[in-house]
Amino acid sequence: MTDVTLDAFIDASAALLGLTIQPAWRDPVRANLTVSLRMGALVMDFPLPDDAEPAPVFTA
Amino acid sequence: MTDLQWQSAAAIAASVANGTITARAVVEATLSRIAERDGLLNAFTDVTAARALARADAVDAGQVSGPLAGVPFAVKNLFDVAGLPTKAGSAINRERKPAERDSVLIERLERAGAILVGALNMGEYAYDFTGENRHDGPSRNPHDTTRMTGGSSGGSGGAVAGGLVPLALGSDTNGSIRVPASLCGLFGLKPTFGRLPRTGSFPFVSSLDHLGPLARSVGDLALAYDAMQGPDHGDPGCADRPADPVALLLDKGLSGLRIARAGGYFRANQMPEATHAVDRIAAALNIDRDIELPEVARARAAAYLITTAEGAALHLGRQRTRPADFDPDVRDRLIAGAMIPAVMMVQAQKFRRWYRDAVLRLFEGVDAIIAPATPCSAPLIGQKTFELDGVELPVRANMGIFTQPISFIGLPVVAVPVNGPMPIAVQIIAPPWREDIALRIARHLESTGIATAQRPPNQE
Repeated sequence: MTDVTLDAFIDASAALLGLTIQPAWRDPVRANLTVSLRMGALVMDFPLPDDAEPAPVFTA
Repeated sequence: MTDLQWQSAAAIAASVANGTITARAVVEATLSRIAERDGLLNAFTDVTAARALARADAVDAGQVSGPLAGVPFAVKNLFDVAGLPTKAGSAINRERKPAERDSVLIERLERAGAILVGALNMGEYAYDFTGENRHDGPSRNPHDTTRMTGGSSGGSGGAVAGGLVPLALGSDTNGSIRVPASLCGLFGLKPTFGRLPRTGSFPFVSSLDHLGPLARSVGDLALAYDAMQGPDHGDPGCADRPADPVALLLDKGLSGLRIARAGGYFRANQMPEATHAVDRIAAALNIDRDIELPEVARARAAAYLITTAEGAALHLGRQRTRPADFDPDVRDRLIAGAMIPAVMMVQAQKFRRWYRDAVLRLFEGVDAIIAPATPCSAPLIGQKTFELDGVELPVRANMGIFTQPISFIGLPVVAVPVNGPMPIAVQIIAPPWREDIALRIARHLESTGIATAQRPPNQE
């Protein structure tokens, strides 16, 4: 994803979440998001069966 | 009692029990050491002197007894301490109302006779591996005060390694007990996820948060751990299972234990001191084989995602209204964490179960696994990056590369310190609910002199 696309995502998400990102915070936020999304891609790449259960189990 | 500052909790309790020294004298000596040295170490953010002296008098009057009677301890400042706002290393939380009640683990330690002497410095909201804090200043490593303690339980590491207290409590979401234990040269126990109640502590990532002790001996870890075990309904993450006391199991030795060394991922991305420390422990344990944990990098990635997203959800309100009051390093990570697509989080939690099942299968053939605790010994305070296998990486996010994939599935771990110019620890990893195995191995290494908490220079 390019910085421009990611910046558009950051702007839209920030507006949706009610967050204000000052200009000086932009680069570190983008850098952190880039790392997190890379981690996310690694996790998404792993094939899991449809019946895989998440780790936390709610007990009523 | 000439060397109170480096005495074990067990030895202090024995001296108080047999009348060699009073609890008041122990606490007074502790308070004067803190006053003398903490200006440099910056481990404490709060000293609860009046409370500690009153408690000591109660011990001396015979109103309180127990295996830790007269033993001073301190807690990371995310534990509720009655009468203090629970800072959790932040500026914002200082405005909270003072806690009305101590956290459950403080109550349990004090019921066993221990005496709380204060609250300890930590990385903001526990999102940290350095022990630095923008608001309170960095905690400093007693072995070299230009170096980091490691975090986020940095004050816990500094206070125990600096001889201020024999015992401290910390929290560990991705490594925050094991990293400071490594950098400060201490024994640290991160119990099984759900073993110790978190009731009355400020959370970070409820899916991953653990609490536990740091000490200078295995016996002290076990004493504190046994005093803290047992279910508590205030923490839905705490397992409803009875205590499994370990104190009497420590000296069972290695007989019958199959131990392997974690290979692959755990052999890469480390400096020579980390490899050397694991080599020494492996040799002492006669380990002759590596074992491969599956998909470790992905496990670390999933832990990273869950951490950043749950942390972001916890702090979103404060991020909306007071973003400038956060440590910028924490704020910028949490803002990004709020933007993680939900599908990634769900997949991360599904992957977590897959990985747990795969690692539990490995434990059918082995009773314990050893691995590095940190990729290096303590970096300099303020150091932002280091080089691992030729790649320059941020210190703050990468000190936990070896701890994070283990706590991700809640396995119990004892960090054992190996001496050197600067200490560094090795993880002894056991199957769920088998803290006793990791502690037994740690005790063997301690009693044979392979793993000991080295005394910092210039500390008499």
